[in-house]
Amino acid sequence: MKCIKCRGPAVLELRRHNAAFCAEDFLAFFRKQTVETIRKWKMFTREEPVLVAVSGGKDSLALWDVLLLEGYDATGLYLDLGIYDYSKASRARCEAFAAERGAKLHVVAVADEMGASIPEVKELTRRPTCSACGLSKRYLTNRVALEQGFPVVATGHNLDDEAATLLGSVLHWAPEALARQSPVLPASHPGFVRRVKPFFRISERETAAYAFLRGIDYIVEECPFSRGATSLVYKEVLNRLEEHSPGAKAAFFTTFLQRARPAFERLEEVELRDCARCGQPTTAEVCAFCRLAERVKRAGGDRTGTPVRSEAETDPSELRGLGAAERALP
Amino acid sequence: MRVILRNQGKEVELAGRRRVKDLLRELGLFPEAVLVIRGKELLTSDQVVGEEETIEVRPVVSGGAR
Ligand code: SF4
Ligand SMILES: [Zn+2]
Ligand SMILES: [Zn+2]
Repeated sequence: MKCIKCRGPAVLELRRHNAAFCAEDFLAFFRKQTVETIRKWKMFTREEPVLVAVSGGKDSLALWDVLLLEGYDATGLYLDLGIYDYSKASRARCEAFAAERGAKLHVVAVADEMGASIPEVKELTRRPTCSACGLSKRYLTNRVALEQGFPVVATGHNLDDEAATLLGSVLHWAPEALARQSPVLPASHPGFVRRVKPFFRISERETAAYAFLRGIDYIVEECPFSRGATSLVYKEVLNRLEEHSPGAKAAFFTTFLQRARPAFERLEEVELRDCARCGQPTTAEVCAFCRLAERVKRAGGDRTGTPVRSEAETDPSELRGLGAAERALP
Repeated sequence: MRVILRNQGKEVELAGRRRVKDLLRELGLFPEAVLVIRGKELLTSDQVVGEEETIEVRPVVSGGAR
């Protein structure tokens, strides 16, 4: 197989683009695609500070890498979920990545903010682990961004993630989820920052290839709670479709954005108010995160205030803002 | 050849040489779901892995509700 750019030996075939690339030309193609997506979808500019949510996995570290190479003002945020060795190993990857590049990384422990680590939440509240985890990530990335003055949070969600989420929402015909799923969620309220997904047009295999070819030491092992996740079944189904008709995944998601999402969006006009406890926007009196934190507390699991958080490459004054929100917790 | 199936904690020995494409079919894996790695290189589906070689088949699918 030959590279379509230079005719040298190819290292990666992309069937849906009907193309193959050598390492050098693939890396350039990948960067260009990301930058084009950021520009076309008006995700952010090089003048805006961007908070990149990093997990230590291939997608988020590849994203941070591209943003730094392309001259964006990108700071990392690692949320320590407290998931045993997996969290320790993934956090070490993020810290090493930041140190190598002299990039700034904030580290925030979920246990400090919610009163319990992710594995403890289910025992204390019976809320399913991944659901509590997802809620905490959305909430804390937003709050940290607000407090630290970032107008935008970027995540490493790729095409496979987006297509799998969409398939799940369609299988349940979940109108709120369908209205909300977008590569760019504008800051629709002063308590929300913009959320963007610059890799939404790039497949998981491409982000893995990019991370590998760039020599990024990412965590290949998966979170222990992901075993048996339904989203993995969705991904498998979609890969089966893709195998049969290359481009099927991308078409599923992009035609949704063009043709279907606007209709769902019109249905979903929600009224937001400030959470009575933390002030973040919510549809209820007290937001879902604070309700969960309260359940944790009632179950006797309050660990807020224990010194689990640490800062790598971070000026302590930059994290000062976190204290205020922490105090607002019940 | 020796095939390291990353994340399954498994290794398999196969006799003879094979094209990557055929190897993945035999292992029941989707080409979209993995990278095939030999040392510091990525292999394309038409490349042949020799009898004496070791390769890593690394899943690219990350899981969980993220
Ligand atoms: S698999 Fe579940 S618990 Fe693990 S990181 Fe993903 S959402 Fe969180
Ligand atoms: Zn080339
Ligand atoms: Zn709240």
